[in-house]
Amino acid sequence: MTDATMTAPAQAKKKPAGRPSTVALLFNNTLATVGLVIVALICLTALAAPFLPLPDPDVTAPANRLMPVFSDDHLLGTDHLGRDLLSRLIWGTRVSLAVGLSATVIAAFFGSLLGLVAGYAGGRVDTLIMRGIDMVMAFPYILLALAIVAVLGPGLLNALYAIALVNIPFFARNIRGITLGLSRREFVDAAKLAGKSPPQILFIEILPNVLPVIVITMSTTVGWMVLETAGLSFLGLGAQPPQADLGSMLGEGRKILFTAPHVSIIPGLMIFALVMSINLLGDGIRDILDPRLRAGSLSRPVARTKVIRDPKDIPPPSIEPGVLDIRDMRTEFQIGGSVYKAVGGVDLHLKKGECLGIIGESGSGKSVTAMSVMGLVPTPPGRIVGGAAYLNGEDLFGASDKRVRDLRGGSVAYVFQDPLSTLHPLFTVGDQLLEAIQAHQPLRGPKAKEKAIELLSLVRIPNAPERLAAYPHELSGGMRQRVCIAMALANDAKVLIADEPTTALDVTVQSQILTLMNGLRRERNAAILFITHDFGVVSAICDRVAVMYAGRIVETGTTAELMENPQHPYTAKLIDCVPVLGQPERRTDAIEGRPPVVNNLPDGCAFADRCPRVQAVCRTGQIDLEMANETRGVRCLFPMNMEPRDVKTS
Amino acid sequence: MGAYIAKRLLAAIPVLFGLTIIVFLIMALIPGDPATAILGSYATPENVAKLNKDLGLDKTLFEQYVIWIGNLFQGDLGRSYTLNRPVLDEVLERFSATLILAGTALILCSILGLLAGVVSAVRQYGLADKAITLLVLIGISTPSFWLGLLLILIFAVNLRLFPASGMYAIYGGGDLKDLLQHLALPAFTLSVVATGVIARLTRTAMLEVLRQDYIRTARAKGLSERKVIYKHAFKSALVSIVPVIGIQAGFVIGGAVYIETVFQWPGIGSMLVKAISTRDLLLVQGGVLVVASAYVLFNLAADVVQTMLDPRLR
Repeated sequence: MTDATMTAPAQAKKKPAGRPSTVALLFNNTLATVGLVIVALICLTALAAPFLPLPDPDVTAPANRLMPVFSDDHLLGTDHLGRDLLSRLIWGTRVSLAVGLSATVIAAFFGSLLGLVAGYAGGRVDTLIMRGIDMVMAFPYILLALAIVAVLGPGLLNALYAIALVNIPFFARNIRGITLGLSRREFVDAAKLAGKSPPQILFIEILPNVLPVIVITMSTTVGWMVLETAGLSFLGLGAQPPQADLGSMLGEGRKILFTAPHVSIIPGLMIFALVMSINLLGDGIRDILDPRLRAGSLSRPVARTKVIRDPKDIPPPSIEPGVLDIRDMRTEFQIGGSVYKAVGGVDLHLKKGECLGIIGESGSGKSVTAMSVMGLVPTPPGRIVGGAAYLNGEDLFGASDKRVRDLRGGSVAYVFQDPLSTLHPLFTVGDQLLEAIQAHQPLRGPKAKEKAIELLSLVRIPNAPERLAAYPHELSGGMRQRVCIAMALANDAKVLIADEPTTALDVTVQSQILTLMNGLRRERNAAILFITHDFGVVSAICDRVAVMYAGRIVETGTTAELMENPQHPYTAKLIDCVPVLGQPERRTDAIEGRPPVVNNLPDGCAFADRCPRVQAVCRTGQIDLEMANETRGVRCLFPMNMEPRDVKTS
Repeated sequence: MGAYIAKRLLAAIPVLFGLTIIVFLIMALIPGDPATAILGSYATPENVAKLNKDLGLDKTLFEQYVIWIGNLFQGDLGRSYTLNRPVLDEVLERFSATLILAGTALILCSILGLLAGVVSAVRQYGLADKAITLLVLIGISTPSFWLGLLLILIFAVNLRLFPASGMYAIYGGGDLKDLLQHLALPAFTLSVVATGVIARLTRTAMLEVLRQDYIRTARAKGLSERKVIYKHAFKSALVSIVPVIGIQAGFVIGGAVYIETVFQWPGIGSMLVKAISTRDLLLVQGGVLVVASAYVLFNLAADVVQTMLDPRLR
């Protein structure tokens, strides 16, 4: 009951957030709002220019030339011909905005059209269009615009065409990519079968799906286009007098920069404000339409999992602690407003030379348990909120960062699941192995290399000396995992934590790796914590097993006891899933139902919803892991092959 | 590696050819009759026809291209009629000045951008990250030509720390110190936007990389956080940033057009602007061709560097 009452109000309060790193998103959204307000203000002022009580922007008054800012009648002063700067600024903004927006619309229209056609038609049409686009992109952006203006001659309209033209490739490329993906989708096939013509499919079926990308590309390029058209005008290639946009005002003001700086500073400030607010707004629009790029979706995990535990509530080590002693460990993930209790109080102990298996479905918390030991759970969003892990009596959660770093790869080594993604793709196997050695041993030069070769031979990699120069992608999956194991063995680890080390490998390689690990354990007398979801693997290597479900251990015992006489219905189901040669009638399908989501665990037994033996009483109170002896225990009120527990219904 | 570079160089040849075609076509398709433009509107039809024949404009477009590219291979890009000197000489002289300016700016923006991006990613959501994010936003929104004017006002006119314009002092000078002093303001101004873009992408790339499994492996090995970030993560991030730097080179060279005008730097950008307003089209043609070719070669270099960093691409 306590669980439910604690999470329910917290959820209710934080519900609207729902996404990671609310603070960052708020920061971004505020900026986008600021951008929107400024853009709207500028646009409204520019639109209202004819109705505002402004002097004519083109009327010269040589007597009033170069009046400073805040003069009477001229709030922003006058330019070298005595024209009112405020009026010119507003009218100029009008022109700049109109040109920038028109260029964007033109570029978006033609670019999207090219992209749609190329992506949908594919084949030769696609190649032809995209080669052309590549050609255009081979020019430096502004240079091409200059070349076009050179051909068409200076002028605002020509500058507009030039800017629009050089931006077409951005749209064409983006839209083509999306269209290509969409045109292979089922709804397009369905439309084809319904007899719709290609233009119909393109504009009725595909275009609506591409629209967000067009909008994103527009919102991220419109700022550029305003800037670039202003730039061309600044160079004297855009707006020609007497017509003025912000760029040409700046260009004219530049000639009198030293005597009257305000004449050029003011239009420049306006361009800056306009472009900046457009960019802010554009980023906001992109964040909303494209969740992948949302700032909050990419948060950096820190070097070590955050530990927040009550110092008065640290469980002492067990009486017979062994090498690794995990006591009531609890690890959570805070994602948006919800808290996921991935590990909800786990006790484990591991003796020298012993192999303990942790088994469970995905999401049962077994990997998080393994990662928590050395603080490798990513923070954010993970954090350790209680319990302790003792390595030879030393509290790992309370140790200094430096101490943890010394122990990582030293006393406690990890082997992870997918050796392709866990090895760095850009360093040779030898470099990575040397690094593992040198992080903990003062070996340098040929001696370190010797050790690396020795390690590779130890894990039975043929031609070890040559393999040192290989990159991970040049090795097979089995070889890669051997390299990972070699790295883990580099410093005579006391505890080896293997997180599904054979899952990504095929069956033959799997058994080779298991034999290898088993042999090394006996040779080196290291303890292994072996995480897997496969009872076949467990029976091959583990002395004892702990079965995890929804972040808790539901049954534990020696491998033989547990396999022959499972007591928890979940364990029995898991064992049923193992295919056995020669028994084709055996059911190997998955357990019905899904594991519960750990942000809102029910009262009582978490397995109740999927359990064939469930009773009403299973759904109340807290069910303890009851230990029959030192190794054997089960968290079940009605264990199989046993008398039911004496349940006190309260 | 050598074979790869050779292969990439060969692949660049059609692109360079494509460039010549586009440059040629742009100039050939100019509306109006060049002969009339040169001789003025009072020219007699006979004179126009004669000039057209002299200029080879009575031939087909294809023949004109073949002749033009043949001349190009002999280093003949024609003669600038406003400067009355060979286009190639002028362009190369100007381009070397642009290379000094744009090269410095590119080095500057690569260093600053990478640095800012990494710091920003490492201190995600910290004060430094927010400050850098804001600066980057301001940087990429600032019109560089305006920033140049501001910097001239502040550092040249008011503080008198740097010269306001030119590449060398008119009297004396001409040494490296003189050049660096003249280079400081325009190179910085030119680098601002590219710095912002590189910083932004570096931050994203670093954040992306730091979530990878191999970073967890590096930490599980017991490596210091410094090594994890600056060796393991940075190298991976660099693979995706190098092509961005290549693309930014194009923006920097293009941006040089504004900066050279503002600071009166005797580069190819200010030459082009002048040539466009005087309609010296051969000069424009030569300038555009040289700069575009340099950009293609630069992107090729970026590709090669990327391949050197990432063995999977070989």
